[in-house]
Amino acid sequence: MESGVFHSNYKKDMELRPTPIMKGRLVFVIVLALIFPFVANNYQLTLANQVGIFAIAAIGLNILTGFTGQISLGTGGFMAIGAYGSGLLVTNLGMPWWMTVPIASLVTAVIGAFFGLPSLRLKGLYLAIATLAAQQVIEWAIIRSPFTGGVEALVVPSPTILGVRMSTDANFYWIILISLAIVVMFAVNLFRTKIGRAFIAIRDQDIAAEVMGVNVFLYKVMSFALSSAIIGFAGALLAQYRGIVNYERFTIELSISILAMVIIGGLGSVSGSIYGAILISLLPAILSNLGTAMSDSIPAMLTIMPFIQKGMFGVVIILFLIFEPEGIAKIWKNIKDYFRLWPFSY
Amino acid sequence: MDKFIQLTLTGMTNGAILALVALGFVLIYKASDVINFAQGDFLMVGAYLAYAFIVQFGIIWPIGLLLTMAAAVVLGIVVERFILRPMIGEPIISVIMVTIGLSSVLRAVVSAIWGTTGRAFPSFLPDTPLNIAGAIIPADRLIALALVMVLLGMFMFFFRFSKEGIAMRATADDQQAALSMGISVKSVFAMAWSISAAVAALAGVIVANIVELNGAALAGFGLRVFPVVILGGMDSIPGAILGGLIIGLLEVYTAGYTSPSLGLASVVPFIVLILILMVKPYGLFGEIRIERV
Repeated sequence: MESGVFHSNYKKDMELRPTPIMKGRLVFVIVLALIFPFVANNYQLTLANQVGIFAIAAIGLNILTGFTGQISLGTGGFMAIGAYGSGLLVTNLGMPWWMTVPIASLVTAVIGAFFGLPSLRLKGLYLAIATLAAQQVIEWAIIRSPFTGGVEALVVPSPTILGVRMSTDANFYWIILISLAIVVMFAVNLFRTKIGRAFIAIRDQDIAAEVMGVNVFLYKVMSFALSSAIIGFAGALLAQYRGIVNYERFTIELSISILAMVIIGGLGSVSGSIYGAILISLLPAILSNLGTAMSDSIPAMLTIMPFIQKGMFGVVIILFLIFEPEGIAKIWKNIKDYFRLWPFSY
Repeated sequence: MDKFIQLTLTGMTNGAILALVALGFVLIYKASDVINFAQGDFLMVGAYLAYAFIVQFGIIWPIGLLLTMAAAVVLGIVVERFILRPMIGEPIISVIMVTIGLSSVLRAVVSAIWGTTGRAFPSFLPDTPLNIAGAIIPADRLIALALVMVLLGMFMFFFRFSKEGIAMRATADDQQAALSMGISVKSVFAMAWSISAAVAALAGVIVANIVELNGAALAGFGLRVFPVVILGGMDSIPGAILGGLIIGLLEVYTAGYTSPSLGLASVVPFIVLILILMVKPYGLFGEIRIERV
C-alpha cells in the first residue's frame, strides 16, 4: 500500500519500478515467463511465440504512433522488409542467421526513414494515407522483385545455436523472450532520454516543440527509423521462426492488426502494447477453441468461424475506442488505482 | 488508335465509378472530417443487399434497387449514430481505427451470410457490345457512365441550390458558425453518412452489374479510392470527379501499355499518390489549410 511519492534521493527517484508492489509484480511476470515453456504444450508455445513477436512489432509501432504521434499504416510492409531481408541474407549470401537479424533491422530502419520523409510536410491523416501507399508499393515490389521469389514462398533454413536447432517452439521461445526483454528495456528507457522526450514533445504540440528548440523534422525521421528498426527486427524473427516467408502474411491486414494492438493496448504505453498483442493474437485462438467446443450443438459453427474471428476483431476495436479509448493500459491503471487505497478510497 | 479509344472509353467508365465512390468518401470527409476506411465495404453491402432483394427474394429490380438504397440509408444513419458520434472530439487515429473496425465487421457479416466466392449478378443493364469509333464497348458500361454523370450533376445541383445541401456546405465550412445559424450539425452528419452509404450502394450495384458480385473486389474499392481523393483534394466534389477520371484512365493506360507481368496498374495510382502528397498535399482542388511546423 502506498499513499504518495516520498523519494529521498535521486537514485530512488530514477527507478522505473520504485515500490515493492511494482517490483513484486515484475518478478512474478518474469518467473511466469521462465517456467511457462516447461508446463506449456506445443500449441500454447506457438501462441506465446506469436504473441512475443507481435508484441515487439507493436512496441516498435507505439514508438512512432503512440509516442511521436505519427500515424503509420505501413507496419506490414516494414515487417516484410525485415523478414525478407533476414531470409534472403541467409539463403543468398549464406550469412549466419544471428547476423542477419540486426542487418535486416538496419535495412528496415533506412527504408522506414525514407518513407518518413513525407512527414516533413504531412500530418495526421495525410501521413496515414502516405504510409498506406508505402505499404502498397512495398507489397508490389516484393511480389514483382526478381530476388524475393515473388508469389512463391521464401524458405529459410532453420537457425541453429552451437549445433542446436532453434526453430522448434520451445527453443525459439527463449530467443523471443530475450528479444522482447531487450526491446522493452530499450523502449522504456528511450523515453527517459533526450530523444524520447523530444518525441513526446512533438506528439503533444509540434509547434511548441519546434519553438523549444527540438528539430521536429530530424526527430520525426529518427522516430520513423527507430520504430521501423524494431518492426523489422520482429519481421526478421518471424522469418527465422516460421522458416517460410510469404508476402501474403505481410499485407495491409497485418498493418491494421498491429495498429489495433497498439490502440487497444494503449497509445503511448510500452506495457500496453504487450497487453494489446496478447489480446489481439489470442482472440482468434480463443474463438476457434470456443467454436470447436460448440460445434457439437451448432454444426455450422466451424464453417463460419473465420468470419466470426474477423467480425469480433472489428467489434473489439470499436468497443474499445468507444468505451475506453486509452486502452487496456488505462483499464489496468484504473484497477491498480482502485486497490491502491482500498478499502478507504475516499 | 483503336486500342487507344478502347482504353480511353474503358478508363472513363472505370473512372466514373471511382468518382462515384470518391464522392461518397468526400461527402463524409467534408461534413464531418472523418476519413472512412469502410467506404468500399458500403459498396459491398449495397451490392449484396441488391442481390438479396432481386435474386433471393425475387423482387423486380426497380423496387429492389429502391429497397437497397433505403437499407443503405438506414445503415448510414445507424453507423453515424452509434459508432461515429461517440468519436467526436477523439484524435484522428481513433476515428480512422473505428472505421477500420467497422470495415472488418461489415466484411465478416457479408461473407458469413453470402460466402466469399463471386456470384453472377442479374444484369438489368443490357450488355450488348457497341461499336464506337472502332472500339467495342459493352452498353452497360456506357449506361453506367451516363448514370454516374447524371448523378454527379444532381449532386452539384443539390449542394448549390437545396436547403439541405447548403446546410451541409455550411457545416463543412465552419461547424460553430453553422450551429449558430440554426443548422443541426448532428442531422447534417447523419445526412452525410446516409447519402454516402446510398451512393456507395449504387456504385456497388453498378460494379456488380458490370463485372460480377465479388465481396473482396468490391471492398477493395475502399483502398483504391485514396489516390482519387488525394489527387482531387479530400474536400472537393469536382476534385473527386476529375480525380476519378484521371486515376481511372491512368490505371487502364498502364494496364494496356505496359507488360501485364509487371502488375503496374494497381500500384501506379499509389505511386502517384505519394508524389502528389510530396508536391501538392491538398490535391488539385482541396482547400489549403496552412500549418507550418
